[in-house]
Amino acid sequence: MSEPATPKADRAEENPDDPPADGAERDMSAEPSDEQPDDGADRAPVTTGAQSVVRALENAGVETAFGVQGGAIMPVYDALYDADVRHVTMAHEQGAAHAADAYGVVKGEPGVCLATSGPGATNLVTGIADANMDSDAVLALTGQVPSHMVGSDAFQETDTMGVTTPITKHNYFAGDADTVGDTVGEALSLAGAGRPGPTLVDLPKDTTLGETEREPGEGRLPDTYSPADEADEADVEAAARAFEAAERPVLLLGGGVVKGNACEAAREFAVEHGVPVVTTMPAIGAFPEDHDLSLSWAGMHGTGYANMAITHTDLLVAVGTRFDDRLTGGVDTFAPEAEVVHADIDPAEISKNVYADYPLVGDAGTVFEQLSEAVGSSPDTAAWREQCATWKDEYPMDYATPDDEPLKPQFVVEALDAATADDTIVTTGVGQHQMWAAQYWTYTSPRTWVSSHGLGTMGYGLPAAIGARLAADDDQQVVCVDGDGSFLMTLQELSVAVREELDITVAVLNNEYIGMVRQWQDAFFEGRRMAAGYDWCPQFDKLAEAFGAKGWTVDDYDEVADAVEEALAYDGPSVIDFHVDPGANVYPMVPSGGANGKFALTEDQL
Amino acid sequence: MSGDSEEPTDNGDLPKQGLKGPRPEERPHPEGRRNSHGVRIDPEVEAEPRKRSAVISALVENEPGVLSRVSGLFSRRQFNIESLTVGPTTVDGHARITLVVEETDAGIDQVKKQLAKLKPAIAVGELGNDAVRAELVLLKVRGDEPDKVHAITQMYEGQTLDAGPRTITVQITGDQQKIDDAVDAFRQFGIIEIARTGQTALARGDTPTTPDEDPGHEAAANSSATEQQTTPQTTPTTDDD
Ligand SMILES: Cc1ncc(C[n+]2csc(CCOP(=O)(O)OP(=O)(O)O)c2C)c(N)n1
Ligand SMILES: [Mg+2]
Repeated sequence: MSEPATPKADRAEENPDDPPADGAERDMSAEPSDEQPDDGADRAPVTTGAQSVVRALENAGVETAFGVQGGAIMPVYDALYDADVRHVTMAHEQGAAHAADAYGVVKGEPGVCLATSGPGATNLVTGIADANMDSDAVLALTGQVPSHMVGSDAFQETDTMGVTTPITKHNYFAGDADTVGDTVGEALSLAGAGRPGPTLVDLPKDTTLGETEREPGEGRLPDTYSPADEADEADVEAAARAFEAAERPVLLLGGGVVKGNACEAAREFAVEHGVPVVTTMPAIGAFPEDHDLSLSWAGMHGTGYANMAITHTDLLVAVGTRFDDRLTGGVDTFAPEAEVVHADIDPAEISKNVYADYPLVGDAGTVFEQLSEAVGSSPDTAAWREQCATWKDEYPMDYATPDDEPLKPQFVVEALDAATADDTIVTTGVGQHQMWAAQYWTYTSPRTWVSSHGLGTMGYGLPAAIGARLAADDDQQVVCVDGDGSFLMTLQELSVAVREELDITVAVLNNEYIGMVRQWQDAFFEGRRMAAGYDWCPQFDKLAEAFGAKGWTVDDYDEVADAVEEALAYDGPSVIDFHVDPGANVYPMVPSGGANGKFALTEDQL
Repeated sequence: MSGDSEEPTDNGDLPKQGLKGPRPEERPHPEGRRNSHGVRIDPEVEAEPRKRSAVISALVENEPGVLSRVSGLFSRRQFNIESLTVGPTTVDGHARITLVVEETDAGIDQVKKQLAKLKPAIAVGELGNDAVRAELVLLKVRGDEPDKVHAITQMYEGQTLDAGPRTITVQITGDQQKIDDAVDAFRQFGIIEIARTGQTALARGDTPTTPDEDPGHEAAANSSATEQQTTPQTTPTTDDD
């Protein structure tokens, strides 16, 4: 009972009339469309649920969707044949979800992915969970067996609702062709509203094939959903008084500041009042890292100075962060002397992990406006800024590059940063390379750092680069800093980058290990490197060429600049396999549950 | 972050692996501490927060799967739940879920907020100590001593639902304490089976059970009244139109 092999096609939409996946579905399969594609200029009236689904996407201005065909979703794909939506066929549904996620991050609007029922839907799961953890707006559309067969263990049936309820902001089972378009519109609106997140609409085949003339309306938010915009005035006043009186304030920017398009407001506030700024990892780029007030990002592998500052602050103004444990370390020692002003659009994040003395429930941009209004005089931060500057000197991120040791990965990241424009988008896998990409690249604008934070999904980098590429401005460069292990998990998506002629540079920091695991084994498991060696990876440059991309291998410092230059100049997907020091470790490091102020700078300090 | 060097730098005072800077023990460390809820405390004085029992009422849209969303939320977030009851209200498409949870104050706050985040949730509130609460229990005991069973049932203002030669099944309603006492009292006969509904509750008097809750009885009463007036003589009402 396997899917038929489909002929290699340049674009999936040229290929809509593949035979149905399986004989068992023959009765429900869509008739191949006789109509000519009318390039969407004049929109034909909706006649089926599937067309209503696609119309809802068009109404919302969705330009791009990522997915993989299959039996239960075929009616929707058939409707896409005539639609104004660019569909990008991915090699794997996980890739579709990550691409949609990154597309959304870069564009600032929900990304859309599609998959068939059963394995298609389950393959999306990692990407949906990733989006959920990082509050990324994604709409997933999944095919489902016809509703009369739901619950019968039908071919390719999975309880997609059950599987995805814990990892979506909300999910919908669309049981009615007349309303399915409205449901899709609502799901799309909900994904992007308030605290963003993934939503899913499960589409049984009888709904999408079902007849309807109902045009979906504009996507509306559910009546029960109304996130606050403005924070309570009294709370704002109280927070403002605390801020004015602070001696060692820190502005902690979280991912919500980027999602709320509040980076400009945050910067004005910080500069106006002379407050040192620390970001969380998801907020990298929210504040220019080359600014005097920037202490870069805090947490497990954050800079020493950021971790010192959040440890010694007496007033933490935290906006749009959920105080993840990779940021806080042990809560007992987190900002232990600080009163906390916590602004977030999701009231459930207030006092969830760290108690908020001044809770401000509202939109990040609005709250900054309110705070700016309410704050009368700037706190006197001269001495505190001096202290932060001293920490910057005391804990530099400089690393050694001894001649007798292999190429240092940090050097590669810096070389890539130096060779690219300021607005270059960086995507990553998960592991040491991700941390170096975060530490040694200087980010100056929001939505240029695209990574998997909360879930920590190896394999995110390449499909994310594809999504980012399609969302970015044409003149923006896209670099995927990947690990050998992470790259191996989703590198089949190179075929998509080649097919779509996407200008992406993949820089593999190949240490022949799943290095982050190896680092922990050396530090906490007596160096017993169980299942951590990855010297069995294929030659990535050759593999790239086999896919039709361009490939390079770099072993030495003096080869780095040329390879980077050539790869960036190449107009298409390219892969540079940097053979870097297998022994390099990521520092600073706060061990899990440890005190941020006790970050280790070398292994013996762990 | 450390400048855009094109060439490797040979920086003599850097460690071969890792970074330079004062060691952890050479740095200043603040004295303060937070408890497990992230509240700043004096660890010498303050104990960890204690759990208490709370009754939480959630008015929800009665859509398919709403109960599994609620129960899934509780297991996923490790909220301690003692009981959960659910039933429709008089407003079409609404249901009320009553939950008894055992959590710290911060935990109860989280329960409420996480419940309120569920899309079908219309309103969520915690009931005060004066709330009207009730639970129902069915007890099946051995029928050897019917008179005694009857006496105890009366004592607890219960009802006998089934009496046979071998078993007697009674129903008791009341607050949790009363039910607990009754169950204890029936133990002497040998309890064969027991089924408890868990507590359900409403706020006392004029207080709405969940904040801003619309008085459903009026809406329902009005609409059913008009329905009855406009469709006077129709035989058995059906819902399928
Ligand atoms: C899908 C997935 N599986 C396993 C892990 C656990 N894990 C975290 S980091 C890491 C190492 C990643 O190796 P690589 O991509 O080579 O990056 P490096 O650390 O070597 O730079 C692993 C296995 C994960 N985060 N994600
Ligand atoms: Mg590696």
